[in-house]
Amino acid sequence: MKSLKELEEIREKTLESVNIRTDRKSTRVVVGMGTCGIAAGARPVLLAFLEEVNKRNLDDVTVTQTGCIGVCRLEPMVEVYTPGEEKVTYVNMTPEKVSKVVSDHIVNGQIVREYTIGAYDEQDK
Amino acid sequence: MRDISLHILDIAQNSIAAQATIIEIQVHEDRCNDILTVVISDDGKGMDGQMAKEILDPFCTTRTTRKVGLGLPLLKASAERSDGYIHIDSKLGEGTTVEATFKISHIDRPPLGRLDETMVSLIVCNPEIEYIYRHITNKGEFVLDTRDIKRQIEGISITQPEVLKFIGEYIEDGIEKIGGGVIS
Repeated sequence: MKSLKELEEIREKTLESVNIRTDRKSTRVVVGMGTCGIAAGARPVLLAFLEEVNKRNLDDVTVTQTGCIGVCRLEPMVEVYTPGEEKVTYVNMTPEKVSKVVSDHIVNGQIVREYTIGAYDEQDK
Repeated sequence: MRDISLHILDIAQNSIAAQATIIEIQVHEDRCNDILTVVISDDGKGMDGQMAKEILDPFCTTRTTRKVGLGLPLLKASAERSDGYIHIDSKLGEGTTVEATFKISHIDRPPLGRLDETMVSLIVCNPEIEYIYRHITNKGEFVLDTRDIKRQIEGISITQPEVLKFIGEYIEDGIEKIGGGVIS
């Protein structure tokens, strides 16, 4: 049975999609810039991505932001969206980790597993 | 937050979430009166009286991922720790102004931090928003208005790496010229 609650979900999904650019041809790097992300060091991570993307002349890569991704203890978090592939979420990011993500994942299509949220979950167990 | 520039980046996120089209950031280093004032104002959707009253409560937030919001409470704590205060003025449908002051000589006052990095981060992530950055010291005033920049670079995006690099350096330089950037 339909309930009014579903409207809330539709509303949230619509709000989230505002963050997603319509230009889907390019890879998008989305940095979590909630209070949690900023306090944990999102700004240097964002700037490191900009620098690395610029250094390699990756014109089709967009670096942008979103709010709190929801797992504040793993911030700074970065989501990489590549057309036709599943979103990859990197956690506990540092400027030092950025060049590997750009070279291995964005340029060569090899996800840096050890930095992903999945790898973190396994360590936890 | 390690420094004031990170607070500014954080508070500006509220303006972005409130669908602001213009965000004005002002840093005033008044060394004669030993007061540092930071003002972030926007033309976003604003808050009603009730929300404006509750906004400094960490358990008041608009986000949906969890039930706490720490941005403004952290700024408040930071200002009050250095003998300052925070003041919020908001009108529904018109926008919000957040003002925070710090006693410059107070030992607990956070450093200003990298305002150039904060502005570049804001611009690259939300290039459609116009930003006015104003830095005032007893020696003078520095202003950066992204509308002026866009007029200058008509036809190319403000997010072009070269443009961003310029903006960062321009701000750093501008602040230095007026003797701004209180260190510690």
